[in-house]
Amino acid sequence: MPGTCTLMEDAEDERSSFAWFVTGARGIFSLPAVILMLSFVGFCALTVQAGIPPEQVIFMTGAVWALPAKVILVSSVLGGASLATAFLAVTLSSVRLMPMVAALVPELRGPRTPTWLLLVLSHFIAITAWVFAMERVHDVPRNHRATFFAGFGITLVAANMILVGVVYHLVAEFPPLVAGCLFFLTPVYFLASIWHSARHPVIYVALAAGLVAGPLCYWLAPEFDILLAGVGGGTVAWFGERLWRLRREAKT
Amino acid sequence: MNWMEGWWAYVFIAVAGWLATDIWRWLGVIAGNRLREDSEALNWVRAVATALVAAVIAKLILYPTGVLAQSPLWLRMAAVILGAFGFFLGRQKPAAGIATAIAVLAAGLWWLGF
Repeated sequence: MPGTCTLMEDAEDERSSFAWFVTGARGIFSLPAVILMLSFVGFCALTVQAGIPPEQVIFMTGAVWALPAKVILVSSVLGGASLATAFLAVTLSSVRLMPMVAALVPELRGPRTPTWLLLVLSHFIAITAWVFAMERVHDVPRNHRATFFAGFGITLVAANMILVGVVYHLVAEFPPLVAGCLFFLTPVYFLASIWHSARHPVIYVALAAGLVAGPLCYWLAPEFDILLAGVGGGTVAWFGERLWRLRREAKT
Repeated sequence: MNWMEGWWAYVFIAVAGWLATDIWRWLGVIAGNRLREDSEALNWVRAVATALVAAVIAKLILYPTGVLAQSPLWLRMAAVILGAFGFFLGRQKPAAGIATAIAVLAAGLWWLGF
């Protein structure tokens, strides 16, 4: 709803920063937050099997935050990796955070948002918070967007730190059917949400390109598959969509 | 192999986990600060970020870990495709697509004796 945005900006600008922080924090009751928390229950089961003490799991949740990076960190250590090797594996798998943050920052910042605040807030960005923010931030007046995101991000991280601490001693063995469905929630939710929240045609093309390029690059170069699929698939999608857009504009 | 103990574990997590991920987030802020919202460069960054996430999605579906690693590929594909039908029939509500996909998967896993 691009038309209603400016109207809302006038009408709701009187709401205080605190009110927007609370609105963001209430995102904890949204579908994406619930799905992420279910995924964290699954991750918790993994750490129990790996024999990681609960204090470390809580620290890891707050410090690393991105779930795929944590899974790679845990499996590196279990495989006997040194600090340098583990650092390399996690860093390579997390390059994707850079374009994700870079795409979100222009939507998030207002005219007076300081860079240090964006640097601090960027810690709370992982796939779920990114998808959530890309979907909702357009309904928030621009000068309150950083506050709104802070409310959501900080609440989500804190809630999951508490969650892993609480369920650590409860997750024994899930029935396989439940565990399988919990795991499958994440990819299916990402798919539906990206399609639902796309506001530019290039998103649809890039989504399709990434879905095809991902397995293809895994087959070609398993170590760098995600990075290759993202840069390669994304560039092809952008170029194709741009060509189509320019050609259509030239006709009219 | 045993898990790490004491202060070393926290140093390890802070360096190989925290620093290794936040470097990219900080670089993302610096790069994103230079992008104008309606620029062609941001369009490219959007496309790359979306394709990256899509590649992660494809990997989670095609090469899952844990319990789903033992489930047949046709079942996971059927769940995603029928989920897509549910999504578009349900006026592109994410909940409609997700519920359909999970229902198909659960029914299939149950039928296969999981």
